[in-house]
Amino acid sequence: MTVSSRDEIFDKIKEVLENALGADPEEVTMDATLIGDLGAESIDFLDISFKLEQEFSIKIEQGELFPENLMSDDSLVEDGKLTDKAMEILKERMPHVDFTKLDNGRSVDQLSEVFTVASLVDFVQRKTAS
Amino acid sequence: MRWMWIDTITAFEEGVRMHAVKNISLAEEHLHDHFDGSDGLDPFAVMPGSLIVEGMAQTSGILVGSVNRFREKVVLAKISKVELDADAVPGQCLRYEAEIERIDSAGASTRGIVRRLDHTEGEWREIGRIDLIFSHIDNNVGGREFPKENFVFSDNFRQILVAAGLDRLIDD
Repeated sequence: MTVSSRDEIFDKIKEVLENALGADPEEVTMDATLIGDLGAESIDFLDISFKLEQEFSIKIEQGELFPENLMSDDSLVEDGKLTDKAMEILKERMPHVDFTKLDNGRSVDQLSEVFTVASLVDFVQRKTAS
Repeated sequence: MRWMWIDTITAFEEGVRMHAVKNISLAEEHLHDHFDGSDGLDPFAVMPGSLIVEGMAQTSGILVGSVNRFREKVVLAKISKVELDADAVPGQCLRYEAEIERIDSAGASTRGIVRRLDHTEGEWREIGRIDLIFSHIDNNVGGREFPKENFVFSDNFRQILVAAGLDRLIDD
């Protein structure tokens, strides 16, 4: 597999997000959050995963790109905040995501803010390099 | 058969594709209600585009459901693309040609082509493309729980499968 540059990956991801989310090209920047800025809903994550698989010829396991079922596990979320265990699991499973924004507060509501276009670019870059 | 927008399954390749046909009849009331003349324009009997999407969703949904012998609840979650280039009117037939693009435990994406047969032309002509995303809702990304009973694939679906000789796909 040829290793693509970050710019090449970004350009393809931009197209994926324009198709999957109906996002305007100028809205899709590296810092844009998928949920807050680009309006993604839960089913869109499945759509994005499928489209990335196709675009980059990679296989994405469920829960690999975005966290799943966090809310239904009491050991991961307490009073709307991510537990130490949850943070550990997220950081281990999702090295493509920068979780530092969550370090203060750890509110589950803030979780949507860490899933940015840049996190998708990082994910694809790791995946295609491996 | 209420809320069934396909009449019969005409082709099936397990896990790959399904074709279904819808015959459009002048006797269907909704055709007349769509553009009924109340806006001052001439009334026009036409198959509503939304119901063409539903027909494709039923065809694709049965195809996706058949992969796991209808044990999963397969629900239309997202309409990725709809392009309809021409109207479909009474006397014409529609054929929904659905293909699975990707399927896993969380859901599936499908691609579909809508073809129309006008009996005066005598050939199936492509008039649209409809791509869809389905969720296997018992395994949904949000982790929500749904009733155990499979409310998606009801007796209506069963009847269509039996008529097409595909009842072997139903897992009792």
